[in-house]
Amino acid sequence: MSDFLTQFAPALPEVFVLAMVSLILLIDAALADGKRYVTYALSLATVAGAAVLTAQDFSIMPVLALGGLFIDDPLSDALKLFLYLAVAVVMVYSRDYLRQRGLYKGEFFVLALFALLGMMVMVSASHFLTLYLGLELLSLSLYAMVALQRDSSVATEAAMKYFVLGALASGMLLYGMSMIYGVTGSLALADIAQILADGTDLRIPLVFGIVFVVAGLAFKLGAVPFHMWVPDVYHGAPTAMTLFIGSAPKIAAFAFVVRILGQGLESQVGEWRDMLVILAVLSMAVGNIAAIAQSNLKRMFAYSTISHMGFMLLGILAGSQAGYGSAMFYVVVYALMSLGGFGMILLLSRAGFEADQLDDFKGLNRRSPWLAFLMLLLMFSMAGIPPTVGFYAKLSVLQAVVGIGYVWLAVAAVLFSLIGAFYYLRIVKLMYFDTPHDTTPIIPCPDSRIIMSANGLAVLALGILPQPLMAVCLYAVGASF
Amino acid sequence: MFGQATLSLVIWVPILAGIAVLATGSDRNAALARWVALAGAVAGLIVAIPLWTGFDTGTSAMQFVEKSAWIPTFNIHYHLGIDGISMPLILLNSFITVLVVIAGWQVIQDKVAQYMAAFLIMSGLINGVFAALDGILFYVFFEGMLIPLYLIVGVWGGPNRVYAAFKFFLYTLLGSLLMLVSMIYLYFQSGGSFDIQIWHATPLGMTAQLLMFFAFLLAFGVKVPMWPVHTWLPDAHVEAPTGGSVVLAAITLKVGAYGFLRFILPILPDASREYAWVVIALSLIAVAYIGLVALVQADMKKLIAYSSIAHMGFVTLGFFLFNPLGVEGGLVQMISHGFVSAALFLCIGVMYDRLHSRQIKDYGGLVNKMPVFAAFFMLFAMANAGLPGTSGFVGEFMVILSAAGVNFWYAFVAATTLILGAAYTLWMYKRVVFGNVTNPHVEEMTDVNARETLVLGALAVLVLAMGLYPKPFTDVMHVSVVDLLAHVAQSKLP
Repeated sequence: MSDFLTQFAPALPEVFVLAMVSLILLIDAALADGKRYVTYALSLATVAGAAVLTAQDFSIMPVLALGGLFIDDPLSDALKLFLYLAVAVVMVYSRDYLRQRGLYKGEFFVLALFALLGMMVMVSASHFLTLYLGLELLSLSLYAMVALQRDSSVATEAAMKYFVLGALASGMLLYGMSMIYGVTGSLALADIAQILADGTDLRIPLVFGIVFVVAGLAFKLGAVPFHMWVPDVYHGAPTAMTLFIGSAPKIAAFAFVVRILGQGLESQVGEWRDMLVILAVLSMAVGNIAAIAQSNLKRMFAYSTISHMGFMLLGILAGSQAGYGSAMFYVVVYALMSLGGFGMILLLSRAGFEADQLDDFKGLNRRSPWLAFLMLLLMFSMAGIPPTVGFYAKLSVLQAVVGIGYVWLAVAAVLFSLIGAFYYLRIVKLMYFDTPHDTTPIIPCPDSRIIMSANGLAVLALGILPQPLMAVCLYAVGASF
Repeated sequence: MFGQATLSLVIWVPILAGIAVLATGSDRNAALARWVALAGAVAGLIVAIPLWTGFDTGTSAMQFVEKSAWIPTFNIHYHLGIDGISMPLILLNSFITVLVVIAGWQVIQDKVAQYMAAFLIMSGLINGVFAALDGILFYVFFEGMLIPLYLIVGVWGGPNRVYAAFKFFLYTLLGSLLMLVSMIYLYFQSGGSFDIQIWHATPLGMTAQLLMFFAFLLAFGVKVPMWPVHTWLPDAHVEAPTGGSVVLAAITLKVGAYGFLRFILPILPDASREYAWVVIALSLIAVAYIGLVALVQADMKKLIAYSSIAHMGFVTLGFFLFNPLGVEGGLVQMISHGFVSAALFLCIGVMYDRLHSRQIKDYGGLVNKMPVFAAFFMLFAMANAGLPGTSGFVGEFMVILSAAGVNFWYAFVAATTLILGAAYTLWMYKRVVFGNVTNPHVEEMTDVNARETLVLGALAVLVLAMGLYPKPFTDVMHVSVVDLLAHVAQSKLP
């Protein structure tokens, strides 16, 4: 009996989150609408508790558990801590917005926590089955979250699209996994890596499998040409859900890609690198160019996400520890900026009004110089202009790419980021150069305001002193591979 | 007391002062913001003075060096130091910042704190550019200064300011990004270092040198700006507020030219010698063709902007002649142009504040109403035309002399500037200052006030001092320049 329990010890944070989310589900059912803050507080407490559990048990060495299904290593622990942070920030930003739209229900928090659990499982998976299980738990929670605003036809449409395309992607992924299983006879990543490193005669099924797996991953990341769902979902979903989708799941997706390609298919880097090169270049091109044409900020950020995922792939395709480390740095930084960007839309929105048009940012410097300054930092960071942290994210992935001799790819990447700079600059222009056409005072609730200030200033502070975060990312990757 | 951290102070005092100015808040406290800004700018100048007094002109080694680990993961250091090339530029920048703050004293009434803060922060960042000895640190300052400048042009600029701000930002960003890739490439070639001095000694093949030469050329050429990537400058100048124009012309253009000496020549000596003709040709086109373009401008600011491009052509020409006279001439020209162009833009600012027009045709007969101003304007116009006895003459003469030793035709084309420069500057001066008063509003114009006299007077003294006795300036740079050229003469091919 005790043997059975100790097996679960490395998965304690997951067990805790699952227990708490079940508890919250029960408690919330009994709560009156006016007492929803109990759910809110309990959800934040759950995230905080999980963070304590993870930090307490931060592993120096990889520990396999549950018969090789689950791995607890520095990479998973570090990523989980970032996930908790992102989810907690999402909850704080979203509260007012949800309340004003009648969405301030237990479902949002329960779904967010289930999604968090899914992501934690993905991050800690060492087996195709657990990877898939985590992914589906995350995806199903997200589909439901997007559809939470039942009376909005746009949101329902977005949820439908997300679901259908997401299911298709899952199918492709499963198909690819089954091919790889056929070649290697195993679903555990470590075994697969071992068998493939020894060499196999079944090249064609293997390459077939890799193609399907990469396509499935590209779907989940939203990389071109598998990006069609991203703008529609980002645009159609209520902004609080877009905020969620745009932040933490990207970190989980990074883990997903690195676990499969970097750990399981490590020896096949020659096969998948060229695929990622194509995905990365197309993503950076389409994402940055299409973003220019958008007048809706959420849509613009959606295309910007696509291009950022392209950049992140640059780090992964380097196929080295330095490369994965830089991609991890990139994705964490991206999540931070994305939280700030969507968070700003939430802060400026109010009952019956969505501040999601570019014009809604006109003259923000006159209405609220502080918020405008924070948004300025976030935009320059997304554009990769120093002294903001976005620059170091770009620097580190470019360095990884040049390190493997792909100088042309680095040149292409910077040229696309030049195009990208245009639409970020445009937001700064709207905020600083134009006069406001809406002079309603902006009254964000104090907690959102404080978190937003911390979020914006973090972009600057990490830009001046990027070393700690960089060191954490490189350590996590280095100690786990 | 701060002997070990002089350069850090030079960088961070203005930046912290800028943040303090921002903290004064809205325009209700505009007066406070102005005084804090002035105090910050003066403090920035004062902390820079030890760089001059404590400078050892006998060595080409870096001085006032500070070095500490910054991002150990990528071997990036907070590494500062100056030599005879960068020291005068830091002083120039710190000095001009004071003038800019004073010049914007009354003119800027909207978002005063943000305006002053932008200039102070930019001043600190530019000092950082000149002092950085680590490639990435340099890049951070080099790019970081775009943000305040973008806001200055875009927020306080003229009617077409948005177009100008975007054009300026994206043009310069294009060059910088290619430079960034080159820097990363150098990192790997040099065995994992971003130290500029290590790059100076890194052997590089010809193809790599060639590609990087053009990447750096684009990065710095856009900033200088060289023909044909100069088109952002007239737009940015015309739309920028007076202070913005002054900083653009006097300082940011120098950042580009400085990059030639710190990066292109010593890191890529073989490509530099092989493709010197490209730079020389572009420079001569700038001198002659842009001089002609300046002649037909109807807008005074545009005219001075084109004149700046022509003068910077001299600077780049001097650099690529590969002899001490040419390089020093280019450097003297940089400093001189910093004073003269700043003064001319301030003069235009003085007129614009009174008449709200920059068109030459709206003026005429100014000498009747503003005699003191006319005298100042005369001096600076003459300096711009390269009259002996003013600072404008020294640099141009050194470069022409040096060019004559290399190739007669270089000197011949370069010397056309003496005619063209005189033509466009003095013709403008004649139309604005002399003649009859045709515009009734000119009748109402008043002469320069004490604040304006102070600013223009300080510049006038410097222009004359440098013109009459340039030796202190050339002494400072001589050893560094000779050492640089000795380095460029050695091949780095493996």
